[in-house]
Amino acid sequence: MRPNERQPLVAIHGLSKYYVRGDQVIPVLLDLDLDVFEGEYVALMGPSGSGKSTLLNLIAGIDKPSAGEIRVGGVDIASLSDSDLALWRSMHVGFIFQFYNLMPVLTAFGNVELPLQLTGLSRAERRERVETALELVGLTDRATHLPNELSGGQQQRVAIARALITDPTLIVADEPTGDLDRVTAQEILGLLARLNDELGKTIIMVTHDPKAAEKARRLIHLEKGVLVG
Amino acid sequence: MFIPLLVLRNALRHKLRTALTVLGIVVAIAAFGLLRTLVDAWYAGANASSSARLVTRSAVSLVFPLPLSYAQKIRQVSGITNVGWANWFGGVYINERNFFPQFAISGASYLDLYPEFVLSDAERKAFLADRTGAIAGRKLADKFGWKVGDQVPLRGTIYPGTWTFNLRGIYDGAEPATDTSTFFFHYDYLNETVKQRYGRPGDNTGVFVESIANPEDAAGISQAIDATFKNSLAETLTETEKAFQLGFVAMSEAILGAIQAVSYVVIVIIMAVMANTMAMTARERYTEYATLKALGFGNSFVALLIFLESVGIAITGGLLGIALTFPLAQVFVDTIGSLLSGFRVSQQTMAMQLAAAVVIGVAAAAVPAWRAARVRIVDGLRAIG
Repeated sequence: MRPNERQPLVAIHGLSKYYVRGDQVIPVLLDLDLDVFEGEYVALMGPSGSGKSTLLNLIAGIDKPSAGEIRVGGVDIASLSDSDLALWRSMHVGFIFQFYNLMPVLTAFGNVELPLQLTGLSRAERRERVETALELVGLTDRATHLPNELSGGQQQRVAIARALITDPTLIVADEPTGDLDRVTAQEILGLLARLNDELGKTIIMVTHDPKAAEKARRLIHLEKGVLVG
Repeated sequence: MFIPLLVLRNALRHKLRTALTVLGIVVAIAAFGLLRTLVDAWYAGANASSSARLVTRSAVSLVFPLPLSYAQKIRQVSGITNVGWANWFGGVYINERNFFPQFAISGASYLDLYPEFVLSDAERKAFLADRTGAIAGRKLADKFGWKVGDQVPLRGTIYPGTWTFNLRGIYDGAEPATDTSTFFFHYDYLNETVKQRYGRPGDNTGVFVESIANPEDAAGISQAIDATFKNSLAETLTETEKAFQLGFVAMSEAILGAIQAVSYVVIVIIMAVMANTMAMTARERYTEYATLKALGFGNSFVALLIFLESVGIAITGGLLGIALTFPLAQVFVDTIGSLLSGFRVSQQTMAMQLAAAVVIGVAAAAVPAWRAARVRIVDGLRAIG
């Protein structure tokens, strides 16, 4: 699915974020407007401290803005309470982190199954979904392995399967290839591109890597908290 | 199953750390149980005493005897149903390590006062018929391997010489708490021998024991007995058997207070150690907790994981500690002999041990759980761009 002229999936208006440390106010994002449409694959680029990860966190609902509005799927997520926001994230956002952030005591299967523990699905239904997700990322034979028994690329594939498992509205990826070698990084980027192409998943990815950004359909540059392109 | 599995696997992540924490709790809970049992044993005599019995002793001190002739006058006080007497003997069996209480008693009248000492009719008859006969509690007999018919020699300390008794009966306790570690023989044998062997006047005893018809009249009857002997050469002090027993306990109240305080200090120390362990554990997992929260798990879920892990470790240690208390108590009993006859781990002590373990677990988890629940996801993920 391509960007369209309908309502944006993510609609950001007048978004600002600043941190207060003692007497100092440190601005991170300044009066930012941005629309992301369903099915888009967006790469957020910018130097360190430009606010790209902060913007991603705000869109994903794990941080709250200082001012402005963020609507995702028509929901003003900044106005949700912490518990409502947690519930919203569990249903609408899939996370992919730079360092995978898998639970070290759970197997690949258990990690992928994790978000489904918050749903009312039966054990059999969960198993079916997890097996499908692991097959999609090519890790069926690693289902019973713990994260420390997997390579970095395999761990990131598990993380991608976990991000997909609830069929979220949006997938956010923070430097998903930042901890991987070039070849593995390309495999992961190829997998993300497939999710976008074949499954129509909306992906917003923060990256430093121009080659990673090339895989995205749209590039957004941030500098000092302001969109520059 | 998901939550218990996650908690269990988390608890076993650092096996050595968890094992050492459990070991610390085992030692603390066992020590707590042992100290509580020691305190309980001190009060065992008082707790097992009857409210329908009074004890009369010298108003000056227990070491001063009372004339035996008082028995007749006490018997005439209204409300008294039976009077017996007992005199401390203080003999040594083989050596001083084998301490056990020995009393010269007024035969049938004394035995009738203590229905909780269960003796067969045949053994009772044999004891009453033999002037040098004696009876021993089951625990005492078992300890020294005595059988009915054995001769038991005691070396007198208050009453010098070797005294040999024929063991005519072994009594059991009607209740588990009944003391069965005492040795009884006839007062008449002691009294007559003292008169003949040492030329002492005799006819004195340490205490009188009275049974009363109505326990509610205990105070009035006590006053009436003491009033009978007011202004005599040997004034009396009469009190309930429980008050009499507690008088002994009061002598060591400061020590008991210290033991009780130490038992609680042990728990506080292990609580602090475990709180530090749980704080360290939770701090190491902040990124994981932040990830769980990002995925949609609530703050309470994260707090629950920490609480369950902490309480699980504490209860495991607690149960092992309770189990260890029994062999430790046995070693203690073997070491001190019959000095504390009521030294047994009670159900109440076990319940307190288990409660202490739960408190340790909950208290140790409180601050780490609160912090983990409050940690901001972005801080936990360390992903501020």
